[in-house]
Amino acid sequence: MASIIGFNSLIFGFFTSLILIFFSIKDYKNSYSLDKKILIFTFLQFLFVIISFFGLILSFVNSDFSNETVFNHSHTTKPLFYKISGTWGNHEGSLLLWLLVLTSFIYFFLIKSHNQPKKYRILTLLFQEIIIIGFFIFLIKTSNPFNYIFPIPEEGLGLNPILQDPALAIHPPVLYLGYVGSSIIFSSSLAATSLNYLSKEWAKHIKTWVFISWIFLSLGILLGSIWAYYELGWGGFWFWDPVENVSLMPWLALTTLMHCIVVMEKKLILTSWAVILSITTFTLSMCGTFLVRSGILNSVHTFANDPERGVFILIFLFFLIFLSLFIFFFFYKSDNKNVNSFSLLSKETSILVNNWFMMYFLSVILVGTTYPIFLDVISSQQISVGPPFYNKLIIPFLIPFLIAMAVGPKLRWIKSEIEDKKYLIIFFLISLVLSIFIIINLDVNFLLNTILITSALYLFFITVRDFFIKKFSSFSQNIAHFGFSLLILSILFNNFLTNETIVNLKVGETHITEKFKIKFEDVDQLSEQNYKVIIGKFKVENKDGKIDILYPELRIYNQPNVVTSEAFIKTNLFLDKFMTMNYVRNKEHFNIRYQTKPLMIWIWISVIFISLGGLTGLYKKKNES
Amino acid sequence: MKVKFLTSFIFLVSICIFLIFYKGLNKSNIYSPDNIIEKKIPSFSVKQFYNNIKITSEEIFDDEKFYLMNIWASWCVPCREEHRFLLKFKKLDRLEIIGLNYKDKNKNAKTFLNELKDPYDLIIVDDDGTIAIEWGAYGVPETFLIYDKKIIKKIIGPLNDDLFFEIKDLIK
Amino acid sequence: MKLLRIVLVILLILNFNVLKAENKNLEIEITKNLRCLICQGQSVYDSDSEFANSLKILVKQKLDDGYEEKEIYNFLKKKYGEWILYEPRFNKNTYFLWLLPILMFVAGGAIILKLFILKKN
Repeated sequence: MASIIGFNSLIFGFFTSLILIFFSIKDYKNSYSLDKKILIFTFLQFLFVIISFFGLILSFVNSDFSNETVFNHSHTTKPLFYKISGTWGNHEGSLLLWLLVLTSFIYFFLIKSHNQPKKYRILTLLFQEIIIIGFFIFLIKTSNPFNYIFPIPEEGLGLNPILQDPALAIHPPVLYLGYVGSSIIFSSSLAATSLNYLSKEWAKHIKTWVFISWIFLSLGILLGSIWAYYELGWGGFWFWDPVENVSLMPWLALTTLMHCIVVMEKKLILTSWAVILSITTFTLSMCGTFLVRSGILNSVHTFANDPERGVFILIFLFFLIFLSLFIFFFFYKSDNKNVNSFSLLSKETSILVNNWFMMYFLSVILVGTTYPIFLDVISSQQISVGPPFYNKLIIPFLIPFLIAMAVGPKLRWIKSEIEDKKYLIIFFLISLVLSIFIIINLDVNFLLNTILITSALYLFFITVRDFFIKKFSSFSQNIAHFGFSLLILSILFNNFLTNETIVNLKVGETHITEKFKIKFEDVDQLSEQNYKVIIGKFKVENKDGKIDILYPELRIYNQPNVVTSEAFIKTNLFLDKFMTMNYVRNKEHFNIRYQTKPLMIWIWISVIFISLGGLTGLYKKKNES
Repeated sequence: MKVKFLTSFIFLVSICIFLIFYKGLNKSNIYSPDNIIEKKIPSFSVKQFYNNIKITSEEIFDDEKFYLMNIWASWCVPCREEHRFLLKFKKLDRLEIIGLNYKDKNKNAKTFLNELKDPYDLIIVDDDGTIAIEWGAYGVPETFLIYDKKIIKKIIGPLNDDLFFEIKDLIK
Repeated sequence: MKLLRIVLVILLILNFNVLKAENKNLEIEITKNLRCLICQGQSVYDSDSEFANSLKILVKQKLDDGYEEKEIYNFLKKKYGEWILYEPRFNKNTYFLWLLPILMFVAGGAIILKLFILKKN
């Protein structure tokens, strides 16, 4: 029943979009205020998609296996929370989520843009509708979440157990609000370009949407990393896997855009670049969708491997690219007012430097992710591009980037003087000395790491100083940059100080190293709702006498029949203790991996600080106006 | 003007990228080292299955005849399916069949052979899987056709009718 | 002379543990740079597949036999192809991979300089 309503609602939504396009074009030329019908139909479009989405959720909750998607991805013994999150944990359902975000964003855009020019609002709507119609067609034709199967199976095939995790359950909705939300920026900038409306007013207007999209994208990526750390059992949180890269690239473009828009609000420069970035962000989102859903790339977490869907997204993606190029080509009028050059020590230049580095990082990730495809097609050679590549190309460039982040905000518009900026140099020297002192006590490459820690500490100290001196002016920028310095510092120290041990142990055995003793005390077996579990009990005695008891698990799920290894993680502010347990073939031993990872939690906290910067930036704007 | 030139350039580049992605869709994204064949057989020393006496690769592949080396294990399901082809090969006397027992328990392997019959002229044991790596194998089953201390053909996965006839042709 | 020899032997014995520890670290570093053929999205270090476990043993054997890190990579490259290495080699197939981002950085810098900084007022 729910599925039937869901499907029909989807069809109604599609027709509503067509009607909406018709009314918008009709209303475009006349000079009255926006036709109320447009608002109503935009809302209806949104409503129909919500109903459809809830139809799917209900089908999952009721375990309605006459629905093919529910059959493929759910099971009666799944806990309710994961039945619900299973709705978007598959290809079809996640596309319905795409539609939900697309239609909701355009609706909220329209009701929050009353004081904007009418033609701009209608054009934004039209561009967004092109995207929406594309997704309606894609969904209905190739990825229908409401396919009926007969005879109705008794039981479903189940949801992959590694997806049954709280962080992963909310990761797609949050991520999509960012990723898909950038569609509105895309549509809006194309509309503004067509109407030559690239002004400070436009920048001020679109800024809210840029911030909202950015905050959700940052949090979405954070949730994905947290899931990888807690659930995948390797103790890492970022692997430069294609799916991870594909979420980071729009984030880089969006962050760069955010900086440009903030500048454009005050001084009308870099307008063409802002448009290019707006187009690029959403294009990268679409490109990412293509890369992970078409089966073209090899990754742990790709969705459907279906070339037919791949072809559709590919054509749709390039259609949007060509559309944007067309609009830009024919409608962009360059603003030749500001022909003065920028002085080297000015805020304008520091924004350029930010853009320059961000685009470099983006190109590293883009080239690294797509190069294997090009090489394979052109010369049938298959290579892998992994962490060593990204680390080598990104880390050295972080050094000037961090310093620019510290110094840039201090520079004034047009030109700066260096008087009473002596503290800038003093802080640098302090950072340098401190970092030499730290690195010399660690067993790592001296030169690179010293400069790296120096620049991260420098940004850290400068931003902390600004809290005390400047208090709440430019608070959002400060807290975001502070968060970034904290992120780099936590990642670096975590990297330097992590300790890993792998050993095979039988029950009763003890493994002794110079730092700790691990005793495999016991195993226990239990039955849960949809899996059986073997829980190991390990006593870890540290050099300083402290004792931890850790309980890693091996879970044997019933449907699908997979075995997963659940890490046991003991967290505190300073250190994470991480242990996993695995079978060893033909032996009674278990393979035990034990890691001590300092400052892990600060990595998550720092991203929250960064997002907080975005959040306060949103509210600051409201207070100002 | 510059903007228009740049835009057209990007347009052309996009078309090329589109074509490459389109072609890329049809390629498999799972990697298999099918085309990587080191011609010369590796040199190793290994213990035999039935008597635990060490034997070297030089001694195994000594004669001027065709050898078929098959990597198998009792815990490997596809190995059961391809077993009948190995028995068929045994009937051809131009071919000497060597079995490499991969990461297996002696007892289980013997039970497997008792149940399905032993097609091998010689069985050698790879307890930790390192011998298979010397051959460039990464799973079970894999089969190698050898002549004159060189690898002529590598088969990843179980044998089937087509491959059986292909090998039969090669050893004429 | 004899005293010197005894001191050297003692130093060697004491450092043996350090050497072993270094080998262990190198083993971890190397297996983190190798891609597992069975679980193709994981490194050999992270993977628990049979192939990965055997490869870990093999790397240890090679290191004990005196192989250098580069030699181990070359050895595995011959057996399994370049795909197994997470760090792409710098050869004619990968010039663009390594150089394109750098080129874009340089080009970006040049554009900024020309368009914004070096203009005549």
